[in-house]
Amino acid sequence: MSDPVSALGGATFSGFATIHDAGPVGMITLRAKADAQGLQGAIKACAGTEIPATRQILHHDGKAAAWMSPDEYLLILPYGETAAALTQIREHMHGAHHLAVVVSDARAVLRIEGSRADQVLAKLAPVDVANLPQGELRRTRTAQVAAAFWREGDGFTLVCFRSVARYVFDLLASSATPGSELT
Amino acid sequence: MSTRLASGGRLIDRTAPQSFTFNGKTMRGYRGDTVAAALLANDQMLMGRSFKYHRPRGVVGSGVEEPNALVNLGQGARLEPNQRATTTELFDGLHATSQNHWPSLEHDIGVLNNYAARLLPAGFYYKTFIHPRAFWKHVFEPVIRQSAGLGKAPTELDADRYEQAYAFCDVLVAGGGIAGLRAALAAAEAGDRVILMEQTPHWGGRAPVDGDTIDGQPAEAWVAATVAALAAMPNVTLRLRTTVAGVYDHGYVLADERIADHTPGDGRPRQRLWRLRCGQIIAATGAIERPLAFAGNDIPGVMLASAVRDYAVNWAVSPGDRTVVVTNNDDAYLTAIALKQAGLEVPVVLDARMQAIGDLPNRARAMGIRVETGKAIASVKGGKRVTGVSVCVQAGEGAVLEVIACDAVAMSGGWSPVVHLYSHCGGKLTWDEAIAAFVPDTDRPPINHDGRPMVVCAGAAAGIFGAEDAIAHSANVMRKAIRAPYANQTSAIQPVWVMPQGAGIKLKSKMWLDYQNDVKVSDVQLAAREGYESVEHTKRYTTLGMATDQGKLSNINGLAVLAGALNSTIPQVGTTTFRPPYTPVTLGALAGEARGDIFQPLRRTPMHEIHEKSGAYFEPVGLWRRPYCFPRAGESHAAAVAREVNNTRQAVGLLDASTLGKIVVKGPDAGRFLDMLYTGMMSTLPVGKCRYGLMCNEQGFLSDDGVVARLDHDTWLCHTTSGGADRIHSWMEDWLQCEWWDWQVYTANLTEQYAQVAVVGPNARKLLQALGGMDVSREALPFMGWADGTLAGFPVRVYRISFSGELSYEIAAPASQGGAFWQVCADAGKAFDAMPYGTEALHVMRAEKGFIMIGDETDGTVIPQDLGLGWAISTKKADYLGKRGQERTYLASADRWQLVGFETLDGSVIPDGAYVLASGINANGQRNTQGRVTSTYHSPTLNRGIAMGLLHNGPMRLGEVVEFNTVTGGTVSAKVVDPVFVDKTGEKQNV
Repeated sequence: MSDPVSALGGATFSGFATIHDAGPVGMITLRAKADAQGLQGAIKACAGTEIPATRQILHHDGKAAAWMSPDEYLLILPYGETAAALTQIREHMHGAHHLAVVVSDARAVLRIEGSRADQVLAKLAPVDVANLPQGELRRTRTAQVAAAFWREGDGFTLVCFRSVARYVFDLLASSATPGSELT
Repeated sequence: MSTRLASGGRLIDRTAPQSFTFNGKTMRGYRGDTVAAALLANDQMLMGRSFKYHRPRGVVGSGVEEPNALVNLGQGARLEPNQRATTTELFDGLHATSQNHWPSLEHDIGVLNNYAARLLPAGFYYKTFIHPRAFWKHVFEPVIRQSAGLGKAPTELDADRYEQAYAFCDVLVAGGGIAGLRAALAAAEAGDRVILMEQTPHWGGRAPVDGDTIDGQPAEAWVAATVAALAAMPNVTLRLRTTVAGVYDHGYVLADERIADHTPGDGRPRQRLWRLRCGQIIAATGAIERPLAFAGNDIPGVMLASAVRDYAVNWAVSPGDRTVVVTNNDDAYLTAIALKQAGLEVPVVLDARMQAIGDLPNRARAMGIRVETGKAIASVKGGKRVTGVSVCVQAGEGAVLEVIACDAVAMSGGWSPVVHLYSHCGGKLTWDEAIAAFVPDTDRPPINHDGRPMVVCAGAAAGIFGAEDAIAHSANVMRKAIRAPYANQTSAIQPVWVMPQGAGIKLKSKMWLDYQNDVKVSDVQLAAREGYESVEHTKRYTTLGMATDQGKLSNINGLAVLAGALNSTIPQVGTTTFRPPYTPVTLGALAGEARGDIFQPLRRTPMHEIHEKSGAYFEPVGLWRRPYCFPRAGESHAAAVAREVNNTRQAVGLLDASTLGKIVVKGPDAGRFLDMLYTGMMSTLPVGKCRYGLMCNEQGFLSDDGVVARLDHDTWLCHTTSGGADRIHSWMEDWLQCEWWDWQVYTANLTEQYAQVAVVGPNARKLLQALGGMDVSREALPFMGWADGTLAGFPVRVYRISFSGELSYEIAAPASQGGAFWQVCADAGKAFDAMPYGTEALHVMRAEKGFIMIGDETDGTVIPQDLGLGWAISTKKADYLGKRGQERTYLASADRWQLVGFETLDGSVIPDGAYVLASGINANGQRNTQGRVTSTYHSPTLNRGIAMGLLHNGPMRLGEVVEFNTVTGGTVSAKVVDPVFVDKTGEKQNV
């Protein structure tokens, strides 16, 4: 066992918004129908939240549960807690058709911060960022690759696939270049 | 001569002089000038040469409609051709050169074409394409290439940055004239989210120039107050220098913002392409004045009447001391009045109408301007600039009554509403007799997803002229009343398409319709005589409207002339289709951020940086970059590949196999699902075991392959090809969501969750034992088995699978520890002579073993049976995807090209893509073939060329010698052999 290394290794960029690597984040893909036996208990046990509604992300104490599709949820938790969470899901959903897998390492998580963080994303994703409500996770694309983001703290948290983390970081940095503010 | 007036100029700042060069000559202008205004202020009336005849040309318009005044702007890495001088803002240090001149603008040898105009008639290109054939290639093409063409293509990498941005609104208003401002205000006051875009750097459009009054205020004051009100509203976004270029389905709009065109090198993006989604689009795009077709209407100094007063009022530029105004409507009298007020002479207003009794003509007369009704220009005098006009009656054939000396001619043939945005998505037009123009047919607008009109025109774009009427109309539009009653005009326009109306061929051959492409009245009439009745055909035959200005000035005049020649009406002839973009959008803006490092996403494995440091030579595999080989100092790639193969076969090699697709499939119906997806049986695979499987599409053709591992009673892990992971995951979800939606199966693509290292070769087990942590013996982990455990403390899953024929372990570790795990393997491997190997060694070793590669042995026309893979097809199953397809007679036939191996008799490597020759030639005169090579390599293990390929009835022909063609000519003889070249019994991998 060695320490987990995120794809971007702590990269940061300061432009008209700041971009930085959020480091390793624990994530579980949980596939089940919303009415699956034990789903509510499993999500509560892992993320401390209710079952998120369509496009919703619910936060609790540094953890979160997000709706990804009609039969897919994303659970976000500290990196080291995924194995225990899988066990809890298995216990709660025993006998119910579901699939739970750790995807922490398949992803990269980035933070976009600052008062103009929305403009960084408005240049890359076909999303009405200004009207994206708090508590909504938007699955979309940034330029040529898939991504998802939501409002959090002073900006946005963005998740993409690990293999394209460098591309997405470079995109965000390019978008945040001083002088290219939208307003 | 054209010059700067001593006072005035509402857009220029006389305290901010700017220096620029034109064709190397230094000139002076002011901030606020356009390049065209500044050139005129420097008496540079000659601005370019025409495309075909190289005739001298000056500026005609003052905005986006300009066909003549195109320049090469900038230099080096900032050179951009075909920039309209009329819309290019002047800045200090600007460089511009004229286009189409050779050797110089003043003395152009190509003007000879002018005298050869009879040899270059309408349809010239089509006619010479046909006959005589040899002439095109040897005579016309070289000569025309030399003289034709517009600006110079840049040769350097663009120094600027570009970007794109997305925006959303309830109402997008295109055009910041008074109608657009009023519409935006109405929408904003109603609470809508409004974006207002204006293509110029100024709000208000023509109204301040034309001296309109609105709500009792001078236009300029009203515009300032309205812009201030809009700017203060939080639901309004205002953008100047932004052209709404195209309207597409569902309210999708592209707009081009020119951020730093006028401040090059200031660090800002040069242009930004906006991609908008709009609930409703208001096209307040105004109208464009039409030229009149009289002889010599292209001589520098002949300009649109509106442009002449724009230059005078906006930029204090006089086109000459004496300007003759020629018109068929009242509006042009504004120009006569404006010039007179500026202290300039207007010798005469030639009005083609028999009467001119409106307010404006009367005001002109009251100022002492001579007005001649029923009169026309017979011809313009001059060469490189206007020296005078000869006057005739409009009703006649051009007999000269009088010659009047002048420096410029201001012409107005009426106004054409800018209906482009309305038309882009299929909005229909109707001919309005009263204003002699196409206007939006409000009964047939472009329709949005909800059946409502997607684009509505407001103000002049709807054919509503006059400030108060346009404002009222705009307000009405916003109240959803589409069109206000047509405003009363004191004296109506009289359509004039040819001046004088009875002009003969001599005059018509000098009446220009399309300035940029040199299309004359006589050309359109010739096209009609030659049978081109459709306006779309005439356009292509004559090239009318096909230049960079897309016929903004020529379109209506051209089709009116066509209608006349066909004895038809304008509405019957119709108009050509308006397509996006409204004005040219530079390619840089369309590419946006996608250049340099972020041109395309590169997928990197967790070990990518380690490979980079070790000097790997990468190749693209889909969007991944994988090491092709790891060359050492001074080593060729071929030598590196041979070394990597030999070392792997003799000691041990390490391969980064992280890109391999890894899809987990789980659920009560997962076994049944995989039995349908794969040709083989996966439901019976025991837990802890692996099985090779093939996937076909519904037609039966081989689509992907890989090893499947059974993880537990209801969970399988499917390995796919590196390039196939996303495609196969989508394929699975497609079947599960659309066809077998009631099957209880979930999938997840875990490709990137794991780094995967293949440890391959006779020393592989020793290396793993040195890492320690789990039993990897033959007994504990036999061939085609897998086990979870730890190696050197890393949590791993180890698969005993082999794509090389050697003892081989593929080890999956969490991606976040992949780099560290690779390093640990490399370090421990030193004791066992381990070396990394790349994709080429991988390919060579699998070919030596006769293993197929999707994309090499398959190309979408190959079924598993062709490849000798019948053993991987379960005959027990009732069905699998592709089964029915494979039962079709052609695919089920034994008489097909099938997989064999080839050994060249001389040991050489067969060229990639070579065919096996058969006797005779086919109907196309090509040599018959009976097979082709699919993989061909030099085998370091056998030290000779080996190949796999498809051969007609191949497996029946072992031992036969066949001939392959080569790229360089000649053939290569090869013996047909079994495709397994190395270790035919497979004992090496099973130890």
